[in-house]
Amino acid sequence: MALINPKKREVQVKIVYYGPGRGGKTTNLEYINRKFKKRILNEMVTVKTYGDRTLFFDFLPFDIGEIKGHSIKIQLYTVPGQVKYNATRRLVLRGVDGIVFVADSMDLRREMNIRSLQNLKENLEAFNKNMSNIPLVMQYNKRDLSDEGIPILSVDTLEKDLNSQLKAPYFSASAIRGDNVAATMKKIIALTVSSLRKKLE
Amino acid sequence: MEFTIDFTKEQIESIEEILQKELIDLGVQSVILMDLAGNVIVNLDSGESDHDVFSLAALAAGNYGAVSAMANIIGEQEFSLLFHKGEEESIHFSKVVDDLLLLTIFNKNVSLGFLRLKVGEAIKRIQSLI
Ligand SMILES: Nc1nc2c(ncn2[C@@H]2O[C@H](COP(=O)(O)OP(=O)(O)O)[C@@H](O)[C@H]2O)c(=O)[nH]1
Ligand SMILES: [Mg+2]
Repeated sequence: MALINPKKREVQVKIVYYGPGRGGKTTNLEYINRKFKKRILNEMVTVKTYGDRTLFFDFLPFDIGEIKGHSIKIQLYTVPGQVKYNATRRLVLRGVDGIVFVADSMDLRREMNIRSLQNLKENLEAFNKNMSNIPLVMQYNKRDLSDEGIPILSVDTLEKDLNSQLKAPYFSASAIRGDNVAATMKKIIALTVSSLRKKLE
Repeated sequence: MEFTIDFTKEQIESIEEILQKELIDLGVQSVILMDLAGNVIVNLDSGESDHDVFSLAALAAGNYGAVSAMANIIGEQEFSLLFHKGEEESIHFSKVVDDLLLLTIFNKNVSLGFLRLKVGEAIKRIQSLI
């Protein structure tokens, strides 16, 4: 539900990072916040509980310049991943234009990834949206863990578990190192903005 | 892709004029017309403040949603008055139509009663435009 302001010639686009708790969503935004400091006019907003977990969401506004004479303001959000915060996840999804699903590559998190994706599907349905036709990018995060000898799921397994039907573009990433964090973000912005172009003609 | 209510340039200008006359000219510091996705539709201020309106709108949308969910739990449709009072500045929220909120930021020079009256008038005029 990107919002177009024809007077200011400005478009606001909402992109949500979704996925299981502790998967690395907040870490993605923190990296973007550091790396692209120049384009970020305001501070990153995070609503946390004790112990550093995302309670409500993180929010990072991001300017990407002009397309067809409109200045594009990207608004990046994360949701709280913990199961008990579903009501808040739903609030954040309202009006979403594009989604990055951040999956945790750790072996132990296999079920949690699958459940979180199912939860995303259900929450989108509550807004009459279909996961298969909203711009979506998969990120298989924490690939660095294999260097420390921690067992991780193969990309093939993650693809089978999460992306066999959706066939969304996917990236192997390490949010903590910054590997493919920018690539993931650029991809979701490109997909989302291209779905907007017609509207801007 | 879906869009929220699409506003024309003329509608936005008329809304700006209403908000300027009904609220800013009477001493309100800042007004934001926003949708529940957290998008800023119109933003005016008296020039005294420099708030981060996009972050405010994102948080306000979340806050409004959370408070509405609380209302539902106790069996209310919604709470009609949402007001946060500070030492110096306060924030008032009001629903315009289903998906739109009007957020006003004002200081001690404006009384809540007066503000509510003026917000009510501005909302009526905006409703007739959309
Ligand atoms: N090894 C490793 N740890 C990560 C990576 N990304 C995030 N983490 C860690 O995982 C934990 C949860 O990350 P966070 O971004 O808060 O997850 P969120 O719940 O999805 O927002 C934190 O301790 C991060 O430092 C990664 O790519 N590799
Ligand atoms: Mg988080």
